[in-house]
Amino acid sequence: MNTLNKNEIENTKSKRSKIIGLSLIFFGFVIYLFFGLGIEGQATFRLSRPTDPFALPNLILPAHSFIGLSALLIAFFGGRIIMKAPKNFTIFVALSFFLAIAAFLVWATAGKSFSLTGMLQATVVRAVPIALAAMAGIMCERVAVINIGIEGMLLAGAFAGALFGSIFGNLIGLVLAILVGGGFGFILAALVVTFRVDQIIAGVAINIFVLGITSFLTSHLLKSNPELNDAPIFKSIDIPFFSEIPVLGSVFFKHNIFVYFSIFIVIVSTYYLFKTAYGLRARAVGEHPKAAETLGISVIRTRFNHVIIGGMIAGFGGAWFTLGSVGRFDEGMTGGRGFIGLAAMIFGRWHPIGALFAALVFGFADSLQQKLAILRTPIPSEFLAMAPYLVTIIVVAGIVGNAKPPQAIGKAYVKEN
Amino acid sequence: MKLKLNEISKSFGPVKANSDINLTVNRGEILGLLGENGAGKTTLMNILTGLYKPDSGSILIDNQLKVFHNPREANKNGVGMVHQHFMLVPVFSVTENIILGTEPTTTFNKIDLTNAKEKVLKISSEYNLDVDPNQLIEKLPVGIQQRVEIIKILFRDAEILIFDEPTAVLTPQEVVEFFEIIKNLKKAGKAIIFITHKLHEVLEVCDRINVLRSGKIVGEELPKKTTNKKLAELMVGRKVNLKTNRQIVEKGEVLLEVNNLSILSENKEPLLSNLDVKLHKNEILGIAGVQGNGQTEFIEALTGLRKISSGKISYFGKECKNFSPRKIHQLGVRHIPEDRQKQGLIGDFSLTENIILNTYYEKKFSNNIALNWSNAKKEAKRIIEKFDVRTNSEEISADKLSGGNQQKLLIGREMSRSINLLIASQPTRGVDVGSIEYIHNQIVMARNKGIGVLLNSTELDEIIALSDRIIVFYEGRVIAEFPSNADPNIIGLAMAGVN
Ligand SMILES: Nc1ncnc2c1ncn2[C@@H]1O[C@H](COP(=O)(O)OP(=O)(O)OP(=O)(O)O)[C@@H](O)[C@H]1O
Ligand SMILES: [Mg+2]
Repeated sequence: MNTLNKNEIENTKSKRSKIIGLSLIFFGFVIYLFFGLGIEGQATFRLSRPTDPFALPNLILPAHSFIGLSALLIAFFGGRIIMKAPKNFTIFVALSFFLAIAAFLVWATAGKSFSLTGMLQATVVRAVPIALAAMAGIMCERVAVINIGIEGMLLAGAFAGALFGSIFGNLIGLVLAILVGGGFGFILAALVVTFRVDQIIAGVAINIFVLGITSFLTSHLLKSNPELNDAPIFKSIDIPFFSEIPVLGSVFFKHNIFVYFSIFIVIVSTYYLFKTAYGLRARAVGEHPKAAETLGISVIRTRFNHVIIGGMIAGFGGAWFTLGSVGRFDEGMTGGRGFIGLAAMIFGRWHPIGALFAALVFGFADSLQQKLAILRTPIPSEFLAMAPYLVTIIVVAGIVGNAKPPQAIGKAYVKEN
Repeated sequence: MKLKLNEISKSFGPVKANSDINLTVNRGEILGLLGENGAGKTTLMNILTGLYKPDSGSILIDNQLKVFHNPREANKNGVGMVHQHFMLVPVFSVTENIILGTEPTTTFNKIDLTNAKEKVLKISSEYNLDVDPNQLIEKLPVGIQQRVEIIKILFRDAEILIFDEPTAVLTPQEVVEFFEIIKNLKKAGKAIIFITHKLHEVLEVCDRINVLRSGKIVGEELPKKTTNKKLAELMVGRKVNLKTNRQIVEKGEVLLEVNNLSILSENKEPLLSNLDVKLHKNEILGIAGVQGNGQTEFIEALTGLRKISSGKISYFGKECKNFSPRKIHQLGVRHIPEDRQKQGLIGDFSLTENIILNTYYEKKFSNNIALNWSNAKKEAKRIIEKFDVRTNSEEISADKLSGGNQQKLLIGREMSRSINLLIASQPTRGVDVGSIEYIHNQIVMARNKGIGVLLNSTELDEIIALSDRIIVFYEGRVIAEFPSNADPNIIGLAMAGVN
């Protein structure tokens, strides 16, 4: 335990706020230099479609002055942090990031028009698989099982959704995708809980296995039988009344069942983990399994159940890629969303609601890169496609640092008798 | 309620932890259970609470045969245990820890927290166990955590209460409070089993005493008709010298010098203020004081685990500014930390791995690429033998050892190598009288050979028995210094801040 004394803490704190403050000032400067200088015209943001019942007027921003103002504000925040070293400087840092993104969007849109509502709606959609992967991760890690295999479980769910959806229709396809996910959850639980295989290795094994088997089946089964890879997707359902609210209606209430179910899962799992007796037991198993066992809670059974449920959530999330999105399976189509989901879980501090917000951040990065490609900015599209991963790295390395996982995480439990 | 254990036996591989144990406890009675480290006390209690399955034998409650497959079944039959190492979830609240596993619920399995808190408060006032039901466990001192453990088993309507070395981690004041608590419980008609290594404690509170040695009951005594000495002999199976022989030795040059040392906490409160301490060759310097008066921080500073705010620490005449723990270790300064499970040992590691934990990089154990396991094993075997660590293999993980044997392993590791100065914190916590005798002799012998020893202990008896000089810590200062023959009562007063 290397406890620092107060003096030193003060010192490092003021040093840190100086560094952060200076970098914000520099950041503001860079933003003006790159985006503000020499830009002209107006950025038009569309908030409603003409068909909407209550159409809002477009948001029109003068590019140069908006970017200049944003840059100035960011620099001002930086100065404030240096001068006052406020405790809650993360708020100012977050605000600065928000302004920077706004400035960037204005720069990209200058002289053109851009559907803001469309991008936010895409943010929600793109957040779905990430949020579901994070929920699956939370279910497992709260009982101290690391689930690196979520990526593979997503992929398995996606494949099962496409295949069975094509044969039996989307509803049965969805149910079977969930079951396949649960099946991989069962396999993981058997490996790590019963046979005490290293959790990371078991998860990686699942990822490699699923990637291999789905690729094999795609080239040997789906390619030759295209009718097996053509599933009906779930149509979006407008929630009456709510969907007519300007902006918010389109962003939140005009989606297919995947979005609504994700929110439902987040709410239910929050309630489950933090309000119910079973949730309390599950968390105890993750924090101090021996204490749980002395109180008559079966560590083995609790871990098994939760890892299977986690797998089922991942299977559901996987089905989004096919049944909720494009209706067909492509090799490796989950593109690391399972891992990003794990990052969202950590970012959200193992709390479903925190993870949901984290997933929205990643979803935003994802949809931003997609929409920017349409605006044809000078930034190469490959570079833009990096955005979600870049955000992941920054978040995991920078902000998460001191998040505290369940104490028994990664450790197999040996029952004595 | 009347509990009867009948011919209980239990082996772990070749180790016979319990053999044919018979034991009874009655309503309103406190039974003391004594026994050396590894005698099988904890194992027997784990069988009684359904954590382990006995190989043979039976448990009778009110003359009815009972078989417990898990702790919950034992709970249902009124058996509850406060474990040697607490079973509390640090990030849960007091209430959550107490209700875990038997939560009162409403619809949808929702925990009825208000109801739960009421129940907790009711028990806490009924038995004088003061706790705040909303506080997080990790924020509470050990004494209060223990109360939570007691409420936890009372919440499950326990009639038979087992305490496994409850006093080992308590301050003297907390021990007094704890005795009040178990006397209350006894009055309320509970049957109590109390395990300890401190003989005066069993003599003080128990109605009957059973002694365990190598897994067998070797005697039953009544406190009124027995003595410390007799109990000690029964436990160990030989004559034990309860008084340490400490001949006077001329002290030598200064080994450790601390000048004007101050440490501030994170909130800028002083933990230590302007400390001046000198430790000489051939000297045992005892630090007396109630826990939490800066001793822990002092020792962390000396061993490189904590940064100091101002002042100077010099070993062997040279100032050690910001030395790492390894560098201090390399000076020949050995450290026995106060919490063996948090700082001294790694529970999942084997005994061998624990033995080389702070020396693995030395030539003897490593050629910079691979570890030399055969040397490591040899070393482990040597220490296990020399310090009488009861185990059948050096390959088992450290948490498989009984509590006292973990402590002996740790002491063996630190004291069996070349050593110039020893810093020992609570060196005999949880250790049986026979081993205390051995450890105390080792410490005195080390001092006779020219080593300086800094001894930190909350046991005033231990401090008085060993020290050549005694300093008393109070609120981060040394408020008094005594020679070895000082009156314990006056030292006790100084510990309470009276000078
Ligand atoms: N899970 C286990 N696996 C293997 N051996 C064990 C296990 N638990 C206990 N033992 C062994 O059984 C013996 C009895 O241990 P136990 O913990 O009951 O002793 P104890 O009387 O409580 O000692 P202490 O006073 O040191 O706590 C010891 O030799 C110990 O090493
Ligand atoms: Mg024990």
